[in-house]
Amino acid sequence: MTIAELQLALPEIFVLSMTCVVLLADLFISDERRGLTHLLAVLTLVFATILTLRVMLPPGEVLVAFSGTFVRDRFGDVLKVFSYIILAGVYVYAKHYLRQFNLFKGEFYTLTLFALLGVMVMISAGNMITVYLGLELLALSTYALVALDRDSRYGSEAAMKYFILGSLASGMLLYGMSLIYGATGSLDLAAVSAALGDGVGDSMLLTFGLVFVVIGIAFKLGAVPFHMWVPDVYHGAPLAITLFISSVPKLAGLALAIRLLDNGLIGLHSDWQGMLVVLAALSLVLGNVIAIAQTNIKRMLAYSTISHMGFLLLGILAGTPEGYAAAMFYAIAYAITSAGAFAVVIMLSVDGREADQIEDYKGLARRNPWQAFLMLMILFSLAGIPVFLGFFAKWQVIAAALQAGFVGLSVLAVLAAVAGAFYYLRIVKLMYFDEPDQEAPISAPVDFRAVLTVNGLAVLGLGIFSGGLISLCVSAFS
Amino acid sequence: MLTLAHFLTLGAVLFCIGVAGIFLNRKNVLILLMCIELMLLAVNMNFVAFSRFLDNYDGQVFVFFILTVAAAEAAIGLAILVVLFRNRGSIDVEDLADLKG
Repeated sequence: MTIAELQLALPEIFVLSMTCVVLLADLFISDERRGLTHLLAVLTLVFATILTLRVMLPPGEVLVAFSGTFVRDRFGDVLKVFSYIILAGVYVYAKHYLRQFNLFKGEFYTLTLFALLGVMVMISAGNMITVYLGLELLALSTYALVALDRDSRYGSEAAMKYFILGSLASGMLLYGMSLIYGATGSLDLAAVSAALGDGVGDSMLLTFGLVFVVIGIAFKLGAVPFHMWVPDVYHGAPLAITLFISSVPKLAGLALAIRLLDNGLIGLHSDWQGMLVVLAALSLVLGNVIAIAQTNIKRMLAYSTISHMGFLLLGILAGTPEGYAAAMFYAIAYAITSAGAFAVVIMLSVDGREADQIEDYKGLARRNPWQAFLMLMILFSLAGIPVFLGFFAKWQVIAAALQAGFVGLSVLAVLAAVAGAFYYLRIVKLMYFDEPDQEAPISAPVDFRAVLTVNGLAVLGLGIFSGGLISLCVSAFS
Repeated sequence: MLTLAHFLTLGAVLFCIGVAGIFLNRKNVLILLMCIELMLLAVNMNFVAFSRFLDNYDGQVFVFFILTVAAAEAAIGLAILVVLFRNRGSIDVEDLADLKG
């Protein structure tokens, strides 16, 4: 372990130290001054961004540290920077919610920062041990976050379900890793890839291992048929936590899939491609169809997440740099858009009641036109209507799947997107053409409204000028 | 003479008991936690067996990490279980049915 190696992991070391500082400092901060914890957490993200950008690697350059367990490359750097930015937005949204629902405690900040560290470790993983440790750091923090509201029946039930199914998924992933280790004789992803290239390894062990690894990844992403935790967790968790779960961990899911399937198991591409095709097709169809039947917006967005994960898999299964870049673009676009959608739900939640029924959106355009317009752009983006960010994201992944020769699957994806547009547009209709049940205007703190405006405009702006973000994603894989 | 296949079979059997326990158990959440632990131990058995027969120590290092994480996982699982019991007065799996749709 040299100084140069430690420098590569500087953002991780910084976030870890600051998380401990936040944990300790929060003990001495009284409830009225809890804003300090918030400020400290946001500053951590700002400095982490600076530290990561300071040594942003040029395309194609890969640096490894700590005997190959830690990889620093452009893909990781870009994903990390987006994780910080999105988490900072999540903090601003969450503060308003947590204040209103009496949950404004230091635990939220410590646990989310630990989760972020898990995400960063997973993004930079070069060894199956690092993948596992990052994954568990993220998962364990999230289980605790779901139960943040200790007196909520729903929260504790959701946390228990998430815990059981999440642990089952980790067990599956580990079992797969053990078989791959047995077949190739190494835990290092680069060495596994090299061994597969040389044709080393018992093919039955490898196939079994691969199946378990893919099941583990599908569980973590929430792809059908391993999606059963997603709706319950989204529904039962406090809104601020649902907002968090639907944003940053999706970037981690993408990193998990790319690190394991591409960096480690690209030699078995023809095997995992078939499995991902099935997962993607099922997620696209089931996610969109079941979402139509939902009256609870948290559950509706949960099923919409499942269908979006289908699109994400569409990019990954191509197994080409263009496909990965498209999947990465999709994950970033989805995380930004979904954070905005949940922010609007948070803004509508007043008087200790979450606005989680779709009837709550009736006549929103009358009560707060600007907010309704932002929600309109966000929903259009989720539905994949042209000029918005979501359209270009869908375009990219479908183009990647077409290039890989999956014409049928691409047609299915387009049809699923059309079916999905129905339930997004239903909310637009409620907002603009129905009479509101209550006339009270909606208010939120100025920082909340500012971030929401930036978020909504980003969905439009990054859509119109999508070239920059796309070329950034492409450069991560060249 | 014990061969690698014996250990792998034992690992696979333990793993299957763990997974089957999660899906078949309809009674108590505590048993689910025990099943998860059993799955992780089955994985450890696999890693140690491979490590021994490949003459490579990486697998044994991984086992230490898995054991540590499993301890943390059990702590969080039991904490959630306590919260669940306080809110519902029951830890029956069948009662975990408020969220559905």
